[in-house]
Amino acid sequence: MKRARAEILSNRSYGAYHSVTIVAPEIAETARPGQFLSVAMPEGRAFLLRRHFSIHQSSRRGGWAGTLEFTFEQHGHGTDWLAHQRAHSFLDVLGPIGTPFAFPRRLTNCLLVAEGHGAGSLYFLAQELRAQGKRVDLLVGARDLEHVFKPIEGKRLSQTVAFMTADGSMGERGSVLDALSGMAEQTRAQVLYAAGPQQMLRGVADFSNARGLPAQIAVEERMGCGYGLCYTCTVPVARKDGSGYDPLRACVDGPVFNPARVLWDQWMGERSAEEMVPTPPEGSPVVRSWPD
Amino acid sequence: MAVKDVDLAVDLNGLVLPGAVLVASGCFGSGRELGDLFEARGLGGVVSRTVTASPRKGAPSPRAAETPSGLLSMVGLQNPGADAFVADDLLHMASLGLPVIVSVAGGSVEEYVRVTAMLDGAPGVVAVEVYLAGPDEELDGQAFTARPERCAEVTGAVARRAGVPVFAKLPAMPVGLVDVAGACARAGVHGVTLIDGVPGMAVDADELASSLGAVEGFLSGPAVRPLALRAVHEVASALPELPIMGVGGVWTGRDAAELLLAGAWAVQVGTAMLTDPAAAGRVASGLADYLRGKGLVSPSDIRGRMRAPAVRPDAPSRFESGGSA
Ligand SMILES: Cc1cc2nc3c(=O)[nH]c(=O)nc-3n(C[C@H](O)[C@H](O)[C@H](O)COP(=O)(O)OP(=O)(O)OC[C@H]3O[C@@H](n4cnc5c(N)ncnc54)[C@H](O)[C@@H]3O)c2cc1C
Ligand SMILES: Cc1cc2nc3c(=O)[nH]c(=O)nc-3n(C[C@H](O)[C@H](O)[C@H](O)COP(=O)(O)O)c2cc1C
Ligand code: FES
Repeated sequence: MKRARAEILSNRSYGAYHSVTIVAPEIAETARPGQFLSVAMPEGRAFLLRRHFSIHQSSRRGGWAGTLEFTFEQHGHGTDWLAHQRAHSFLDVLGPIGTPFAFPRRLTNCLLVAEGHGAGSLYFLAQELRAQGKRVDLLVGARDLEHVFKPIEGKRLSQTVAFMTADGSMGERGSVLDALSGMAEQTRAQVLYAAGPQQMLRGVADFSNARGLPAQIAVEERMGCGYGLCYTCTVPVARKDGSGYDPLRACVDGPVFNPARVLWDQWMGERSAEEMVPTPPEGSPVVRSWPD
Repeated sequence: MAVKDVDLAVDLNGLVLPGAVLVASGCFGSGRELGDLFEARGLGGVVSRTVTASPRKGAPSPRAAETPSGLLSMVGLQNPGADAFVADDLLHMASLGLPVIVSVAGGSVEEYVRVTAMLDGAPGVVAVEVYLAGPDEELDGQAFTARPERCAEVTGAVARRAGVPVFAKLPAMPVGLVDVAGACARAGVHGVTLIDGVPGMAVDADELASSLGAVEGFLSGPAVRPLALRAVHEVASALPELPIMGVGGVWTGRDAAELLLAGAWAVQVGTAMLTDPAAAGRVASGLADYLRGKGLVSPSDIRGRMRAPAVRPDAPSRFESGGSA
């Protein structure tokens, strides 16, 4: 993790999203898909905490070497402020933070499932997977047309792409979970990746567990610091040896986790007490580790 | 004649720290996370997160919510247990070359003593800080701080067992703070840390839900600094010989100076570490600049030096007389 006083190159809007490009060569150099950036809020102390955004693009080479792009939807104090920051102003940025998505070594058909701004990091992943010769298919969902994240970029990055909107204003009406099974079959998906709201990630987890498909998800949990100090961002994750679970920090132990090991009921607050690791039903194809 | 430069070292009645600014409990991780973003130079030490005898998983999600000028959080003492802490995190903290103060907690007097004993022979530990905000499991589950005599029992037992000075960490109680601090001092603590986070709540009206999984949390950050100042001032005025670590909303060197002026001997930086990895070092150098600007050389030069109007002996007390507050 590096800290940079990063100049804003551009701050543009795409539908419901804003996309900020900053100059931060030291961070761009090592940034991987799934990792995120932490942006300090203005001095003034009314709103204190840093804001966190997945890395949507990182250019290590070329004309604009050393730049990074992140995207966000304007909906609160921090994103309001960010939306008004113009080119040539500076941001206090930390990054890259967290564990990136892992690439499958043997398997090749990768289905990427995104909802809302989750597409930001998955497009970055799509690009890297393709560079490794993998087949990439995309399933992108959103509330409405405005919230479908850069659809043209999605098409460019994937073999096939399907769009789902809750109101039917683009692609099919419904959620990505409605289309998941069909899309997985049609693309002969061997590996799933997902980013988006908790409820959607859980749906992907249930699906990948039931099918025995290895999967990786990027989570977003409320963060005090975003760099590992405060333990406010934990996700309950089962230990590999089955001896219980650990509340792992989404910021530095994640944000990418194996969904088969996340204790969803507990994380989502549906069961409060010190619960047990879920025991998979007899003969269930639950994937317990990521293949290499 | 050479002008003497500022030296931030402080002497807390025999506990000598290389700086007057420390990192507060729960806001430093394991010492590994910040890497070279953490600047140890000029600091007086770090306080560990609170450890208990056995591992604790902590509170449900979400554990943090931003509030105006504050952070509401409930981590719930997640920690790996004292043995694992000593074997791992503590080694890293000690390797920074800074004094380490270990924060301890338990549900019973016996457990507090057991955790303290588990620190025997641990490297770098110069003091123990006793966390008292947790539930008293031997009585009715109320916080220990609800009863001065229980605070005295716990801190006294820890002080007898620990081979190092012991601090009692106390909340910003509106009434009776001096009684609790005095009881702890008589029981054998070396000093007090003021203040712990302030109990609070946040509600998300969009979601019709509490913002924290545990509903109640602790408020910290600039929003609580006035509470810390008052608590420090009250205890320093009543017990001038008792070393006080001032904590609460310190963001800059001037904020630290305010706590020292109110009577603190040293200060801790908590929440600011979560928004600026270099916060503690920045506060220390800001404090040095402040002292230099005043032509002073040591934090002790300003300790308790705030000018206040003399207290009239017949001043109405809001709490005791139910007077016209
Ligand atoms: C690892 C990670 C990656 C993220 N990537 C993106 C991204 O690429 N694009 C994007 O639009 N958003 C992303 N988010 C969510 C984004 O951080 C929040 O939308 C943003 O913090 C909202 O700030 P605000 O001040 O506008 O909202 P407010 O509601 O005013 O924020 C108040 C507090 O709640 C926190 N908060 C609010 N919403 C969320 C949320 N959904 N998740 C976590 N904390 C939240 C804020 O950080 C802040 O501390 C990410 C979150 C995390 C943890
Ligand atoms: C995320 C977080 C975790 C904390 N954990 C502890 C803890 O384990 N033990 C403790 O004594 N205080 C804990 N505190 C309280 C701080 O040490 C400090 O007393 C309080 O936050 C006020 O100072 P600040 O405003 O500088 O943060 C925690 C505070 C925060 C924000
Ligand atoms: S947000 Fe502080 S540890 Fe993850």
